[in-house]
Amino acid sequence: MSTLYTRRTVLQGMGLLSLGLLAGCDDSSKLSFNYGKDLSDKIMGRNFKLKNPEGETRMLGSYRGLMPMVFFGFTQCPAVCPTTLARAAQAKKLMGRDGERLQVVFITLDPERDTPELLDKYVKAFDPSFEALYGTLEETAATAKEFGVFFEKVPSGDTYTLSHTATSYVFDSRGNLRLGLSASLTAKECAEDLLTVMEVC
Amino acid sequence: MNAPQAKNRFVQRCKQLALGLSLVGLALQVSAQTRVDDAWVRATVAGQPSSGAFMTVTASSDSKLLSVQTPVAKLVQIHEMSMKDDVMKMQQVDSVALPAGKPVSFDPNGYHIMLMNLTGQIKDGDKVPLTLTVENAKGEKESIQVEAVAKAINTMDHGTMMHDHSKMH
Repeated sequence: MSTLYTRRTVLQGMGLLSLGLLAGCDDSSKLSFNYGKDLSDKIMGRNFKLKNPEGETRMLGSYRGLMPMVFFGFTQCPAVCPTTLARAAQAKKLMGRDGERLQVVFITLDPERDTPELLDKYVKAFDPSFEALYGTLEETAATAKEFGVFFEKVPSGDTYTLSHTATSYVFDSRGNLRLGLSASLTAKECAEDLLTVMEVC
Repeated sequence: MNAPQAKNRFVQRCKQLALGLSLVGLALQVSAQTRVDDAWVRATVAGQPSSGAFMTVTASSDSKLLSVQTPVAKLVQIHEMSMKDDVMKMQQVDSVALPAGKPVSFDPNGYHIMLMNLTGQIKDGDKVPLTLTVENAKGEKESIQVEAVAKAINTMDHGTMMHDHSKMH
């Protein structure tokens, strides 16, 4: 638990060949991740326009200079959502000082029930730096589509739950989509791949 | 006179009877059909209307879990979560099979108990009473009372904060 993955660790792991990448931002179309999926050649999630709980409009460009990690979910989700947010908080800690640039963004797929106030309390219970975003039903559907995120309401008695894609999408600090982290990965595995993204930009 | 003696004998009988009864009680406990271990509930933030309960259930004979009740939620359902191509699918199930002697996990990765329409916030450390209704192959129903502990909202699977003994080098 005490292991921190510093840039140096990753740097060593990447070997001499990739040292050239570190000179500055690299726009290479391929990245090599140990655990996650390279999404460098995918054009996804560039045009979303949602609101944060303070009512401010947030777009991808709002996170320039940070490394946004976007996850879709809903607060009444008992399993994968809290587990993924808890994992994100751990990964951020494992990254040490570099973790300060990781901006976790939680987009609700259930804007009918997730009020801005509840969303804010929910994500901040995992880490005070996390930000929740919401939109209208139409904006939510359009955003999910833009990310290739599947979601559907599942009737459950007189209420409903949701099935949804559980991938976390990571952009580099210049807004290029880079990495997809599956729900099955551990915090350490995520931290290692996140640091790889940071090495590029 | 042998009155004190008779009294002594009476006291002794009572003691034997009490012992006998307590043994019967003990035997009843031992023969209980179903065991529940490590029950926990995820704490919520204020205003959050639902949460999940997790535990390991072991039945001594082939049985099934029919339902769960708790005073903290007006609606309780058993859900099954499955993951395919990183899409999380959720569905309600009517019951969960509890094969004899096999521990069945209710955890964030599979079956779990959905606590909905919560009556209030569940705080870290709260004790949450749960009543499980289990039916064996003969159709006999059994109620099991469990006290689940509320753990922090950011608890990972199996109630541990860190579970990644990594494959890293």
